[in-house]
Amino acid sequence: MPKLHSVQELNELRTACLAAADSSRPCLTVCAGSGCTAAGANEVLEALRRGLEKRGLEDKVTVKSTGCHGFCEKGPLMIVWPEGVFYNRVAPADAAVLIASVSNGRRPVERLLYKDPVSGKTVLREDEVPFYARQQRVLFGNNGRIDPKQIEDYLRVGGYAALAKVVSGLTPEEVIGSVQRSGLRGRGGAGFPTGTKWEAMHRQTANQKYIICNADEGDPGAFMDRSLLEGNPHSVLEGMIIGAHALGASEGYIYVRAEYPLAVQHLRVALHQAEEYGLLGDNILDSGLSFRIKLVQGAGAFVCGEETALIASIEGRVGEPHPRPPYPVQKGLWGKPTVINNVKTWASVPQIINRGAEWYASIGTERSKGTMVFSLVGKINNTGLVEVPMGVTLRQMIYEIGGGIPKGKQLKAVQIGGPSGGCIPASLLDLPIDYEELTKAGSMMGSGGMVVMDEDTCMVDIARYFMEFLEDESCGKCFPCREGTQRLRAILTRICQGKGTEEDLPLLEEMSWMMKETSLCGLGQTAANPVQTTLRYFRDEYLAHIREKRCPAKVCRELIVYSIEPTACDGCQACVRVCATEAILGEKKKVHRIETAKCIKCGACLEVCQPKAVLVSSGASLCPS
Amino acid sequence: MPKLRINGIEVEVEIGTSVLEAARFLGLPIPTLCHNDGLTPYGACRLCVVEVGNSNGNGRPKLLSACTLQVEDGMVVHTHSSRVERARKLLLEMYVATCPQSKTIQDLASRYGVTQMRLEPKHETCIQCGLCVRMCAQQMMAGAIGFAKRGARRKVSRPFDMTSELCRQCGACLYVCPVCELRCQGPQAETTLCSGCLNFAPVCFQSYDDAMCFLDPCHACELTGPLRPDVPVKLDSEKSAK
Amino acid sequence: MASMDTEQAEKILGQFEAARASLIPILQEIQATYYYLPQTVLRRVSQKLDVPLGEVYHAATFYNCFSLEPVGSHLVQVCLGTACHVRGGPRVLDRILRDLKLPEPGTTRDFSFTVRTVRCIGCCGLAPVVRVDNRIHHHLTQAKVGGMLKLYRPKLAADQEQITANETEDAQATLSAGTE
Repeated sequence: MPKLHSVQELNELRTACLAAADSSRPCLTVCAGSGCTAAGANEVLEALRRGLEKRGLEDKVTVKSTGCHGFCEKGPLMIVWPEGVFYNRVAPADAAVLIASVSNGRRPVERLLYKDPVSGKTVLREDEVPFYARQQRVLFGNNGRIDPKQIEDYLRVGGYAALAKVVSGLTPEEVIGSVQRSGLRGRGGAGFPTGTKWEAMHRQTANQKYIICNADEGDPGAFMDRSLLEGNPHSVLEGMIIGAHALGASEGYIYVRAEYPLAVQHLRVALHQAEEYGLLGDNILDSGLSFRIKLVQGAGAFVCGEETALIASIEGRVGEPHPRPPYPVQKGLWGKPTVINNVKTWASVPQIINRGAEWYASIGTERSKGTMVFSLVGKINNTGLVEVPMGVTLRQMIYEIGGGIPKGKQLKAVQIGGPSGGCIPASLLDLPIDYEELTKAGSMMGSGGMVVMDEDTCMVDIARYFMEFLEDESCGKCFPCREGTQRLRAILTRICQGKGTEEDLPLLEEMSWMMKETSLCGLGQTAANPVQTTLRYFRDEYLAHIREKRCPAKVCRELIVYSIEPTACDGCQACVRVCATEAILGEKKKVHRIETAKCIKCGACLEVCQPKAVLVSSGASLCPS
Repeated sequence: MPKLRINGIEVEVEIGTSVLEAARFLGLPIPTLCHNDGLTPYGACRLCVVEVGNSNGNGRPKLLSACTLQVEDGMVVHTHSSRVERARKLLLEMYVATCPQSKTIQDLASRYGVTQMRLEPKHETCIQCGLCVRMCAQQMMAGAIGFAKRGARRKVSRPFDMTSELCRQCGACLYVCPVCELRCQGPQAETTLCSGCLNFAPVCFQSYDDAMCFLDPCHACELTGPLRPDVPVKLDSEKSAK
Repeated sequence: MASMDTEQAEKILGQFEAARASLIPILQEIQATYYYLPQTVLRRVSQKLDVPLGEVYHAATFYNCFSLEPVGSHLVQVCLGTACHVRGGPRVLDRILRDLKLPEPGTTRDFSFTVRTVRCIGCCGLAPVVRVDNRIHHHLTQAKVGGMLKLYRPKLAADQEQITANETEDAQATLSAGTE
């Protein structure tokens, strides 16, 4: 790859790449993000390549693997360009018919098209799929078009044009001003105004400054950073190089969690290609800017998503946070001024430069600008990544985009923001999603993880689950967090076991308040949020556990009983076979019975019972057989 | 030289002074557990939290540990606001529940008015204040002990749980440990909270001189004992007369 | 599985700058090579990087990726992220532990499996998810656990001999290091 020595050479290369791509030639793009790969995308790609070879069509049809399209529920996903035909649940066996659909005239394969479960209609293109129709994919739009391991693909969709613009004459002040006017807020969780952070760094005088990309996406249920890094790593690199120019940094780091091997791989390829072209290194595009990026892998610690812990980890220490102030912009990596931003924040920068701060500020609400990427998961029909303008309501997210709750169950709550966030009840469905509204409701935007819960989810169990997580992931340095998470978990466990008392509730509230006020870092300060929000909105569930020894969602094992409804049982013995403790007695064709004393309530029988004869009951309605 | 306002009092300090040092300079009592003037500040016990805003009143004031906070010009600090007092009391309630046998912690709890203990008593022998680790590394220059693991499983340990060849058995770690100093096993030893019962008349003062007890009387004892003339002490003879 | 061969450790140490910042990448390489962090190697790392042994030990025990004990032939990582939890992940975990006769996540006595819980593999759309070695199993139910584990059991016999040989070497090496 010839090194680019100027903006002009970059533009010439881009023109050459565009010319080389025959846009009329059919291109089969297969999503090869982690989700679709797990569902078999690589086998689909292999089958397509072999199929084309067999028919001698390698020069007539292109096969490309792309990054995550976001609609993981329906993977493996495929898009056929230039028409933009959208296929879902593609299997290797479909290779032949797919190749035929583009080589023998151009007709879509009906049975692979997306069928809307509500309307029954089949749709042809991606933007007609309800899941995508309401999205505004500023950051993720290109994921389905480009091969993340080919920098030329990124150039074809306008990549590095923002960098060219910046080095062609925008001063650092102008770039920072643009970011400030756009209203961009940090997408890592806290939502701190990015422009303000950059301005603060700009005011620091030091002989060395650093920028860091926080790709330690630790929130369970969140995978948007992963998808962006796998699918469009150059968008992040471009943002960082622009940042280096604006902030005077000569070195940058990308800290990726170890659990994302594919993201690490694609980043390595992208960094290598950018270096080869001279977009990273010395005197980038003859601008005088010298900037290099190092890739650092996490080693498995949620707390390393906290900026000071992340810095400690890069320095070779344990991920124990430092009290702030001083903030990283004052004293960060190795004591030097450092700006840390999330993956999506960096990726937003080229968009703002290319399309203008005013354009960005026109999207969203008054104080929350731009789009937000959510991972919509849990008890929802359409799981996947959703990018929408700030201000979209929860109702739209869950019903119009998410397709509602599976199996006709009732929505109970939406957990937003991971373990630092809170649960929003179904009664607040018309809440517009933005930073301020979520904080008012007691939750937090966080990284954008959105876990949907239905009537079968016990909110006390969820609070306990999060405390278990945080008790383990806490760095353990400060007392309120280390001891507080253990205490809260112990109290919640007692309540789940039916041993709670009414005094436990004010105790939980006071301990939660204390943890929020006195913990050293953000993890401890937000650790009690799940407890506080579930107490606020689902107090009745807590009281049911305490007063009636009943779990309304029938989840807490000590409070439930499994039984078999005699009139529904057909004696098939399916449950007898799966019962781990041999607690089910039943001869063939005779009504079965569960011995409560032996039953460990694992739910295996419930899973396999066809006539739905297995019943779970709790509390006053207990009916042990 | 940065100027800050503590509890309404304006004071000018050297650059690099911590808020804890500035408060102590003014004679304001701020409780600490993990602080030691001869060791680097650690900020783990969180008892020294104070309410910090700034002079232009931006945003909501936060509670920050005074030992690790460097004074900045224009800082506004409150060391005994109701928010701080409430936080300290709840923290101490949790401390006593974790280490009820520690005299230092019981004294702090008594002084700050902790009268109830609603959490299950554990009998841990370490609050991970880090004084022993820092003492060993910074003053004794040995570095034989350190921390291991994370979160609930974190503990002070020697590498690989093996006898460390670096340990010179100087005993400095025992010396600085706030939990090692045990509360007296005197009156009502079975109650978890010394000051939980503010009515008891400490028996030990009768035999204090005979026992040649080297422990300072616990604060709870001081609260109700003969050192407070307003609270009558019932002598054994008077009790049995009833 | 690699044997207790310090030559490889020296090679790894040679690939990195002898500075504090190299500590975690070096530990990651050692973990990948030896499948755990042997004590003798950690002492060598402390020496080479001039980092107190206590701090090396803290880093080795702080992060989830590192293990001070050898792991089994097959690493079973059960995702307990929020989406997987809500869709029944804990029950899948229970079933795996029961099948492998483990009281809690750990290594089976014959070193065939190590079961760990992880928080979020990032495949939330396919919950509940379990990763065994490099393969991701998705949409799991308790009923599917048996079949999934069976895929890995036949390789057991061949690996077993190698493991026993390694363990004896490791144990001897550790003993001699401790008495130095």
